[in-house]
Parts: sequence; structure tokens; C-alpha cells
Amino acid sequence: MAEGRVVGIDLGTTNSLVAYMQGDAPVVIPGVDGSNLVPSVVALDPVPAGGGRPTVTVGNTARKALIETPERVIYSVKRLMGRGLQEIQDELKLFPFRLAEDVETGEVPRIRLGELKFTPPEISAYILRQLKRNAERFFGAPVTQAVITVPAYFNDAQRQATKDAGRMAGLEVLRLVNEPTAAALAYGLDREKVGTIAVYDLGGGTFDISILKLRDGIFEVQSTNGDTHLGGDDIDNLLLAIALDEIHAEHGVDLRVHPGAVQALRKAAIDVKISLSTEPVARFDIELPNGDRYQREIPRAVFELLIEPVLARTAGPCKQALTDAGITPEQIDEVVLVGGSTRIPAVRQLVDDLFHLKARGKRPHIELNPDEVVALGAAVQADILAGASKSTEEMLLLDVTPLSLGIEALGGTVARIIQRNSTIPASATEHFTTGVDGQTNVAIHVVQGERELAADCRSLARFDLRGIPPMSAGLPRIEVKFLIDADGILHVSAREQRSGQVAQIEVKATYGLTDEQVESMILDSFDHAEEDFAKRLLIEARNEAETILAAVERAPESPAWNQLRGEEQEAIAAARNRLASVKQGEDAAAIRDATLALDQATRRFAELMMEAAVTSAIRGKTMEAAGVDLGEAVTAPHAMAPAEFK
Amino acid sequence: MFKVLDSAVPIACWSCSIGHNDSTLFCPHCSKIQPPPGGDYFSVFGLEPRLGLDLPALEHEFHRLSRKVHPDRFARAGENERQWSLADTALLNDAYRTLKDPLHRTEYLLKLEGAEIGPDLSAESAAADGKDRKDPSRVPADLLEEVFELNMQLEEMRMARKMGETDAGLQPSLEQAKRRFDGLLVEVDQNLRIQWQVWDEGDAAARKKAEKTMVGLLDRRRYLSNLVRDVTETLGA
Ligand SMILES: [Zn+2]
Repeated sequence: MAEGRVVGIDLGTTNSLVAYMQGDAPVVIPGVDGSNLVPSVVALDPVPAGGGRPTVTVGNTARKALIETPERVIYSVKRLMGRGLQEIQDELKLFPFRLAEDVETGEVPRIRLGELKFTPPEISAYILRQLKRNAERFFGAPVTQAVITVPAYFNDAQRQATKDAGRMAGLEVLRLVNEPTAAALAYGLDREKVGTIAVYDLGGGTFDISILKLRDGIFEVQSTNGDTHLGGDDIDNLLLAIALDEIHAEHGVDLRVHPGAVQALRKAAIDVKISLSTEPVARFDIELPNGDRYQREIPRAVFELLIEPVLARTAGPCKQALTDAGITPEQIDEVVLVGGSTRIPAVRQLVDDLFHLKARGKRPHIELNPDEVVALGAAVQADILAGASKSTEEMLLLDVTPLSLGIEALGGTVARIIQRNSTIPASATEHFTTGVDGQTNVAIHVVQGERELAADCRSLARFDLRGIPPMSAGLPRIEVKFLIDADGILHVSAREQRSGQVAQIEVKATYGLTDEQVESMILDSFDHAEEDFAKRLLIEARNEAETILAAVERAPESPAWNQLRGEEQEAIAAARNRLASVKQGEDAAAIRDATLALDQATRRFAELMMEAAVTSAIRGKTMEAAGVDLGEAVTAPHAMAPAEFK
Repeated sequence: MFKVLDSAVPIACWSCSIGHNDSTLFCPHCSKIQPPPGGDYFSVFGLEPRLGLDLPALEHEFHRLSRKVHPDRFARAGENERQWSLADTALLNDAYRTLKDPLHRTEYLLKLEGAEIGPDLSAESAAADGKDRKDPSRVPADLLEEVFELNMQLEEMRMARKMGETDAGLQPSLEQAKRRFDGLLVEVDQNLRIQWQVWDEGDAAARKKAEKTMVGLLDRRRYLSNLVRDVTETLGA
């Protein structure tokens, strides 16, 4: 096994990050554009002129394509991870996911991206591969092992799908860590804490609450609860719906039929949301295809009324987590806020109310950037697993399983065998027998959830105990051992005790990919060729240089070019010439530096371009009509960057 | 999903080949992790079976063992050691979860001693509880009349709720019943504690007697707490 670095990855709904432990402090590894956040957006480039498989781009570059070619772009894919066809129907209404037509019930859904189809783990694998590359570029060495975070309330299938994605990206996933627990690790590092803390994590698409007890470096989770489909996306959708309805009613324009325009409007809605965290009022001001302007002021009070139902959905899980931990709000010593959505003042007010903070002279912890804290915690856990560092050798995370594990009993009821909030790894042993003389098979249905009827719980797997020696009914005694590992994933083994035979088990996961399927989806193998690593870095650096040079070559054709001052145009020309000459050399780092310099020089130009593109997308024009395409890769990143929480 | 390694009892340490007893997670000679031991939950913590436990000491020992045996400590170890760490930690967690809870601990010890007890707390289903409560043969004899009365009131209350009415007389009377049964629960717990001591300190005969009493007390407790839960749910609906 390679003993390289272990990185920590936050694979988020909206953004993803990779971090590592630098000495005794975790730090985020920036991408080639200098940004710590890689938008969880994946785009398929146009089919190359000579045919062949189109390239996949990730992050800010891909996000740019959202407006231009929305049918070749996917975001928020985390919402689809580990879920079956029936379960994603709601998501399909709210998000522009285009399901492949030939998906059958019981199969892992595939999403159409241009002319190709991908499963959610494959899409996530592209994001992971980008993060892996960012880390490799940063270290100048291969990275093959990672800790990846998942929402605490993710079920077995969602966790397995995340691990599958890691494998497809060429990463050995040493551990899945729950996001709120990771955040607690990041906070717990720099202080010797004893006490009970609550982590309130409202991200782009998921909500988690975890309650932990800290003592002598041991982080023992007491309880966890949440909602895997609740987050900032839902708030964006509320604002978007208002804008779409009003534009339709007041201006007679139905933007819903133009995916590109909807994306541009979504960006405007996100901007409104973000600015309402600091301003008392924010506004939509958008030019419509018929020349009208949609101008709408949203006062914070109206916004808070609008999102109240969304925020209220976080209260129930918080109360349940307190009950399950057997404590009152007053017994919570500290509250940690995680996720971009916790920047919303109404969210902070709700947290204050739930845990009676102000009344006790306390404030929630926001010292660490809520967008980065989970990745930082993942890096801490990665360091613990690597086992090589003094700063984490006393630390240990004891997490729990968020959902009860049960077996379907007669009459469709559930017999619970491992209760929710049990510390993992956890196991349970159950005995089964036959109901008919000579029966050699027993079917077992495993479910996850808190409901009384199996039909209301999440079906995990059906499996058949086979090869039971023929005996009278009720005589065989088959011992089945269920074990939830430290990643929260279930393993099963069985043995017939009277004959001593190890029964064969055939497990059919209700959702999810088979081993063979995962194997066949492993991304381009050149990622694994460690010996060619230096060569690969050089090729990548040259590719990036080519891309930006091509874009800059076309720049003067754009109307935006003429908006630049003379000295700005000269600076771009100088940076271009430098890159063009360095590119001939063999020094990957020098090429990257020159690329970055040209990227910096073209920053304002990129912004001007994007403004033109957004306006024209809403007005129903294409990117081409707004000016030349800026090209892919490094120049594009900042264009949409203001849409981030800053 | 994989096959968990068989928890066969090693005669000798896999690493240093020196023999050791079967109840240890680590070789006493070379400190290497061992396959899951075959002993009971108490032996995981080096304890003899007993009902009165020093909980802070148990927690301390749980943390100490977790630090040594947890899969996080074996992330880069060989395949066997990783599997043993996983199985050992599951055993340690299962043992701690069972022993720290007084009722689970009592049930577990009674089962170890071969007592036949009601539905396992750890494997109970909510639906089975419901059946349990309605089965008249399971109602403690001294409570038959009260329970009959209470069930009628609960039914009335639910009917009234369904019709959107409020019956001013029912609420206080249900609340009173809840207080009464809560009180009975406390009484059961006190009696259980007395039996713990009898068991921990008694000879074989005294233990057998205490076991029988505790089986009865646990049945009664399960019955009462389901009843209280029903009343609380109906009141809170
Ligand atoms: Zn040894």
C-alpha cells in the first residue's frame, strides 16, 4: 500500500474541497485558479471536431457552461446519490436533471449529459478526480488515499455510492466521516475541550444535527438526526419560483421553457439570498427577452417569512437529537455552525432559540469558515488515520449510526436489531429457521429507518440464505451476523449452526451498483500511472496553457475587449507572450505560474464577458451572440465566483 | 458485504505464538490485536458478571480500550488486523452499549444465566409491543382492573380527538393515571436495584431466586412503560 499523504475531502452538494494537515493545522488546497471551493458542477464539452469522446470539465469552468449549454451540465448530483428511481421523482421536478429514458426500476438511475449517460457516482467521481488532481498538483506527488465526508443522516446506500465514486476516481477511501462530526474535529483541534457540543449543519442540500461529548481527545457522538433533502438549494428554489411567476404574470414571459435563462435567473436569486444576509433589502434587476425589465425589491423581512417553513424543518431533528441524547438544550455547552446557509441571520436566530444561547450568554461558533470547516475536519481525520502525527495521536472519533437497522418480520412489521445512535462499528446476531420441511432457502429483507412497517422504511438489501441442509421445519438454526462498520456501511455473514455449514448468502442490494459495474466505471487509467506522474503534470500544465492562450487569441473579437483600458490590454499581451515562451520548456511549475499570471491579467475581461453572457442568456440569446466564447479552463473561474457565499 | 472472520478461539497469539486466555482483545505478551474473544460482555472489560457497576469507571475503560482497538488505529495495517480491529470494536461497542444501560444489562445477565425472558429489548418491534399490551394474559394480575379502565379512557380520548371534540373530564383523569403508573415504574426500578444487590452478593441459591424475581420485574416494567408511552402519546396528540 502506498504510504503517501491522506487527504480530507468534503464532497458537497454545491461546492467540494480538498484539505490536508500541514504540520498541526489543517489547510484547504486551492485549485489552479487559486480558489478553495470547487463548485460541484460537471459539464460535458462539445464532441471534438474529429469525433471521439468529449472531455468532462469540473468546477467553475463547468458552471460557466450552465448558461451556455445547460443540457450538458449537471449540479447538485449529491441529491441523487444512492437513491432509486421512485425516490428521486421530487428532485426531478425541482432540478434540471435529465433522466435517461431506458432506466428501469431497481437500476441505478442514469443522467443524460449531452449524448452520454452517467450514474450519480460517476458524476461524483469526476468531481473527486478534480480534487485529487488539485492535491497532486499542489504536492507534486500522487495522492491515492482519502477521507471523504458524508451527511450524518446518509443511509447505507448513499454511503456506498460515495465510496464507489471514490474508487472510480482512483482513490482508496480510508474512511467516510460524517460532516458535522468532521466540523467538531476541526474545532476541537486547537483547544482542550471537555463538554457537550451541538453541530448544526445546514448545507446546500442536506441538514444534519449532531450532539457530541468531548473528553480527553475522544469525540463521542451521542445522537444525530437530520434531513438529507433540505438545504440552501430549497431557499434558492423559493426565490426562483417567485421571480419566474412574477415575470410570467407581469410581463407575459415564460422563462421556464429556456433552461439557460432559468439558470441565469437562479444565479440572480442566489445573489439576492447572499446579499440579504448582510443587507436589509436586495433586488432583482433583469432585462427580459421582450425588452422589459424585471425589477423587484425583496426586503429581508419578506425573505424571512418566505423561508420560515424551510428553516422550521430543522427544528424537529434538533429536538429529536436532544431527546435521543437524553439532555436538555441547557446542557449543550457549545454550538458549532456549519454550511453556507448558516450565514443567514434567521438561521442563527433559530439556533439561538433552539439551544437557548443568548439567554445563557453564549454565542454559536463561527470562527472557522462554514464553507471550509468540514474539509478541515476531514483533513484532521485523515491525519488520525495516517497515524503519523503528534498533534492528532490523542484524538479519536466515536460516531454513531443515524438510522435503526431492522429485518422485515411476518406481517410486514420491522424487528429492529441495531438501534439508531448506536456507536459504530456495531453488530447484532439473529437466528433464523425454516417454515417448511426440507426448505433449503430463507429470504431475509433488511431495512433502515424508524417506521413500524418495512414498507415505510428504506429497503437496504434482500438476501437469500442458500444451501441449508434439508431438515424438518424449524430445525435449522441459521445464525446471521449483521455488522455496521466505521463508515456506517452494513456487512452480513451467515452460518447454519446445527450442521456447522457456512450458509451461502446471495445479497441483492436494493439500490446500488455491483462490484463489476463499479469496476467498469473507473475513470481513465492514466490517473493511476504513478511512474508517469511528472510527465502527466507537464501535459496537464501545457493543456491548461493551450486553453487559455486559445481563449486570449480570440479575445479581441469580443465587444468586451474594447471596454478594457489600453494598459490592461498591454498587460494581457505581455502575460500571453511570457506563457507562450515558457510553454515550450519542460518545467510544469513555471508553465503553471505563467498560466496563473495570464489568468490574473484577464480577470476583469472575464467578468465583463460574463456580465454580457448572463444578460444575453436571460434575453434569450446565445453566448455566441454576446461575443466570442472565452474557452474552457482557467480564465472562466471568476466569472461566476460572486455567486459564492463570501 | 463480506464474510466476517470466524470468531474461533486462538490457542496461541497469531503474532508471537505464545498462548493466552481467550477473553483478551490484545496479546498480553506482544500487545498485538487478537481476533474477537469468545467471552461475555463483562469479560471484555475484565469484569465478572454483576449488576451493580461503577459507570464512570466503565466509561473510562471503554475509552481506554477504544483508543487501542478502534479501526482508526489500523487504517494502514494488514488485512487480518483490520478485520480483527473491526470485529473487536463492534464487540466492545456492543458490550458497552448493553452494560451501561441498567435494563439492558439486567436482561443480558439474566440471559447469560439461562433465564427465559420476554421479548428482547434490543430486538423489539413497536408493533410487537402493541400486541403485548392487548394480550390480557400479559397484564399483571394486580393491575387488571386499572388497565381495563385506562384502556377504555384512552379509546374514548382517541375517539373524541377524531371527532374534534375535547372531553374536559378525560384529560385530568388520564394525567392522574399517568402519574400513578410513573410511580409504579419507579417502584419497579427500586425493587430491581434491591435484587441486583441480592444477586451480586448472594450464593447460588439466592441468585436463582433473585433471577426469578427480576424476570417478573422486567415483564412488569416493560408492560408499564408501554402503558405510560401510550398515555403520553394520546395526551400529546
Ligand atoms: Zn503475542
